[in-house]
Amino acid sequence: MLTVPAFTWSRPTSVEAVLAEIAGTSRDDVLLVAGGTDAVPNLKHRLHEPRRIVHLAGVRELRETREDEHGLHLGALVRLSQIAGDARIQRDYPAVARAASLVASPQIRNMGTIGGNLCLDTRCTYYNQTFFWREALGFCLKKSGTRCHVVTQGKRCVAAHSSDVAPVLIALGAQVEIANAAARRTIAVEDFFVGDGVHNNVLESGDLVTRILLPAASRGRRMAYQKLRPRAAIDFPMLSVAVAGSLDADGAIEALTVVVGALGARPRTVGQLDAIVRGQAPGEPVWEAVAQAAHKQCRPLTNVPYDPDWRHDMVPVFVRRALRDAFARPA
Amino acid sequence: MSERAPDKPGMSIPSGRKMPREDRLKPPDWAGGRSAAPNDGGFRTIGKRNRKLEGLAKVTGRAVYADDLTLPRMLHGKLLRSIHAHARIVSIDASHALALPGVHAVITGRDLPSYFGIIPWTEDEQALCEDKARYVGDAIAAVAADSELIAEQALRAIRVEYDVLPAVHDIDTALAHPEWQVNEKASEGNLSKHVLLEFGAVDADLEASDVVVEAEYWYEGSTHAPIETHCALADYDPTGFLTLWSSTQVAHYLHRDLAKVLELPTQRIRVIQPTVGGAFGGKSEPFSLEFCAAKLSMVTGRPVKILHTREEVFYAHRGRHPMRLVYRTGMRRDGMLTATSAKIHIDGGAYSSFGLVTTYYSGQLLTAPYRLPAYRFDSTRVFTNKPCCGPKRGHGSVQPRFAFECQLDKLAEQVGLDPIEVRRRNFIGEHTRTVNGMRVTSNGFLQCLDAVEAASGWRDKFRRQPYGRGIGVAGSMYISGTNYCIYPNEMPQSAVQLKLDRSGRATVFCGISDIGQGADSMLALIVAEELGVDLRDIRVVAADTDLTPVDLGSYSSRETFMCGNACLDAARKLRETITGTLADRWGVPRGEVVLAGGQAVWTRDPAQHAMSIQSAFQAAESAHGTLGSVGWYQSPKLGGDYRGGTIGASPAYSFTAHVAEVACDEETGFVKVERLWVAHDCGRALNPVTVEGQMEGSAYMGFAEALFEEQTYKPAAVGHAFGLHHGPSLLDYRIPTSLDTPEMSSHIIESVDPEGPYGAKEAGEGPLHPSVPAIANAIHDALGIRCDRLPFHPPQVRALLKATDARAAWERARTSQRGVRAGAGGC
Repeated sequence: MLTVPAFTWSRPTSVEAVLAEIAGTSRDDVLLVAGGTDAVPNLKHRLHEPRRIVHLAGVRELRETREDEHGLHLGALVRLSQIAGDARIQRDYPAVARAASLVASPQIRNMGTIGGNLCLDTRCTYYNQTFFWREALGFCLKKSGTRCHVVTQGKRCVAAHSSDVAPVLIALGAQVEIANAAARRTIAVEDFFVGDGVHNNVLESGDLVTRILLPAASRGRRMAYQKLRPRAAIDFPMLSVAVAGSLDADGAIEALTVVVGALGARPRTVGQLDAIVRGQAPGEPVWEAVAQAAHKQCRPLTNVPYDPDWRHDMVPVFVRRALRDAFARPA
Repeated sequence: MSERAPDKPGMSIPSGRKMPREDRLKPPDWAGGRSAAPNDGGFRTIGKRNRKLEGLAKVTGRAVYADDLTLPRMLHGKLLRSIHAHARIVSIDASHALALPGVHAVITGRDLPSYFGIIPWTEDEQALCEDKARYVGDAIAAVAADSELIAEQALRAIRVEYDVLPAVHDIDTALAHPEWQVNEKASEGNLSKHVLLEFGAVDADLEASDVVVEAEYWYEGSTHAPIETHCALADYDPTGFLTLWSSTQVAHYLHRDLAKVLELPTQRIRVIQPTVGGAFGGKSEPFSLEFCAAKLSMVTGRPVKILHTREEVFYAHRGRHPMRLVYRTGMRRDGMLTATSAKIHIDGGAYSSFGLVTTYYSGQLLTAPYRLPAYRFDSTRVFTNKPCCGPKRGHGSVQPRFAFECQLDKLAEQVGLDPIEVRRRNFIGEHTRTVNGMRVTSNGFLQCLDAVEAASGWRDKFRRQPYGRGIGVAGSMYISGTNYCIYPNEMPQSAVQLKLDRSGRATVFCGISDIGQGADSMLALIVAEELGVDLRDIRVVAADTDLTPVDLGSYSSRETFMCGNACLDAARKLRETITGTLADRWGVPRGEVVLAGGQAVWTRDPAQHAMSIQSAFQAAESAHGTLGSVGWYQSPKLGGDYRGGTIGASPAYSFTAHVAEVACDEETGFVKVERLWVAHDCGRALNPVTVEGQMEGSAYMGFAEALFEEQTYKPAAVGHAFGLHHGPSLLDYRIPTSLDTPEMSSHIIESVDPEGPYGAKEAGEGPLHPSVPAIANAIHDALGIRCDRLPFHPPQVRALLKATDARAAWERARTSQRGVRAGAGGC
């Protein structure tokens, strides 16, 4: 079978201990492992070749959840199956529960965590392969090489953001807490991601994602998540659409956010929707206009399997479905 | 590659002559025949829903697979594979690898120069490529080290200098560029095998047909993806004796080829097949890892294990051949077939494997269950720089079956007949002969059609559901073993030695290869039925060349039929011994002694004469000495009187009909198969649970090929050359999950074949065939599009919907059907 490379390993039991251990290390030297469902295959494929693995499973603080006036705080190690099955999340943030329930398979959701899903390494059909395969291909610029096999003249990696949960978190205005040995800071999940497939988030060496906040203001908003995948389980998204919105007292659309994932390195928030939707009555004519706007702004690539033209055609289809889903549901 | 027919009388028979006189080994005739129950009053074990022998061990983790085995001082081997699709090997420098601590040996092609191949006429493989690599993943060196990790590091330290050659990536390039020769053993260019056979006046009959449909089909390649990857453990001991445990389905052929390549006497090699975790044809010939594990063990003097990674299974491949099939099929207005012409191109990959047979099978196995009055096929297999294709469940005949059953659906639409009715009208019948000279014995195809028609509610659904929902039908036939061994010889194809113990236990020794299908259990069922022994008191010792008599292995659906017949004979011989002993002792006619339910009794008055089976065995042992018997199977001489006329000839054929119901998403192109109805004529179900398991497994595998699975390769692009597998993992090679697979109902049809053990025929491969065309035909009923190319991915379905006026075609099909119904009502 495929082997894992040699590394040293630790299992600290507090956030402080983790931070102390990773402070001053370089990003390539240390791999933080939560559920390990993505990290282990990546190790076997030699996508990660860390000297040291810090296993977070023993950090109790990272498993905690609490609710206050700001909203629902989810520790980074809360398992995806727990989120999918939590009655409060199903009620207040149904799209979050839905997205978590659509990750991979029951076994993987039992191990995989929300923090891990947020930090999921970007994926590409030319990257998520064995060492042998990538050597035969010619290493790419995400790992060990200089060439992009998706955008042949490209100088920037376009490996696809493939987290199911992140687009929903962005649509809901969720925040993420990041800690390092010096301080803790909180930023919007939308600002967590950057458009570089090699490393698509703002985490620096020494940083640890500790907490995710589902804001109180988004509780009970109209929301939905739609995932395009060939099989009814296992597959990463080939396209994902998260929507969140609200209606005013008259039943007209007050606000709407549409986030599309599995395109490039970061989820794309569909722009300039306000002019299309604000004050309009929810329904097919508006959904169609939103769908067409998304179609214009989203451009699938060959980084993800299946014909990109077909996936492009599916953008408006899945946007419409997500909108219908979100607004059919009673507030 | 040229075919060299063996120089034997009877192999090249002048046409027009009758079949040759039967002069082969002939199994015994039994009063009442092979299909009858041994005792009056019917079957006691056969036909009952029994557990498989090995089931409990598997589900409790006690079954021992090849990779579960470890030996003292064992080393781990790994194979270095080519990173180029086509390249001359200029040099290999292993010095850095050998210098690594923990590395014990490196071998290259020069260490194992002999060519081998499963078909004796096309031996074109080396365990390690000596001069040239022919696909990305072709093995060129092997290392043995203390651990897998060290072995992997050693592979990276081996320096290979390549001279990269132009790669042949598809059928057309193979034909257009014979100078880019993939395989030097080819007789010319990239030609692997060409077969052209014609029966009847095809062109004239096509000309005279009322309707002719011509279409081109593409069947994409797919691989077996067994759960267990290949694994071999070799132990060459100081006496010069080699033991090899391997996850193979052909221990006997492996035994022979090991001797050849390793240059060891056959009698100093023992091949053992441990529990195998699925094979589906993907383990039915020798592989590099078996030779290399053995050679590395010989070099190091230590046991060596090599386990394929999942990725390597995709390179070892031998999966379903991609085929391009052009069919012209004619029909009369009354629905009767007239003539069929097929031109088929087969993408073989880099080596021959079973390709000679595949090329024949692509045409020879289409000639039932329908009568084809005139038939021609022209099949060409080519070499390309890709992993080698071979036999996958339904070897060679799944692809043409897909094309032909779609042709039938189109013709039925054109003549305005229900597609089930068209299939009924063309039924070939039983105890007959096909246009290409195959003898058909029992044939339950009509009952299969009746069963799926009734169970699916066909009449209320076909052409009657709203747009997006549809139902389709298809039929097929398959072999129950072939009539010859792969290498010509006059010895039996299967054999059993049966030992009875004075403890009351029976042990069956047989080379039979159980790869999960339940073959071992079939032998136990037969012994239980004949000798009245409880199933738990029967042991099957299988597939160990030191302990068991030869069986050729698990391919072409031969095990139940052939080993079963051998076992039936062995058990009947001992039954006669035992019943004869008791009859003498009791002074009753031997026909009145029954062995059943762990007892031997006099049927007239069990109260007067009865004893346990254990006592009965002891009585017989006392009278006759140690109890043992042999049985063997050799098929009768079969086939057509022409070159290649024996390929596809089988002692019995199974028949299958499927109905598939689909719900399609017009907006996305997703096809959901909601339900499959499968009816299969297996002769007699020795164990209905096992037969249903095979029907379900087959139908699911076909369904998966229809909608999901494809073994494809990345095209050349800026920055990389051709030849990389699209995604050699179970994430990227998409096998449907339990959520994707449809509900299924299985209907066993029992035609009771006169030559099968208790009338049994095959069940492991036949039921796959109609899956794909039934789904294609259902999609047409649902959407008005013809899916002539596999797989029916959402992008492809969407593209067809966009490219054609599907709604109009859908309406037209309805009108044609309604017209016929109205017409029929007026009669």
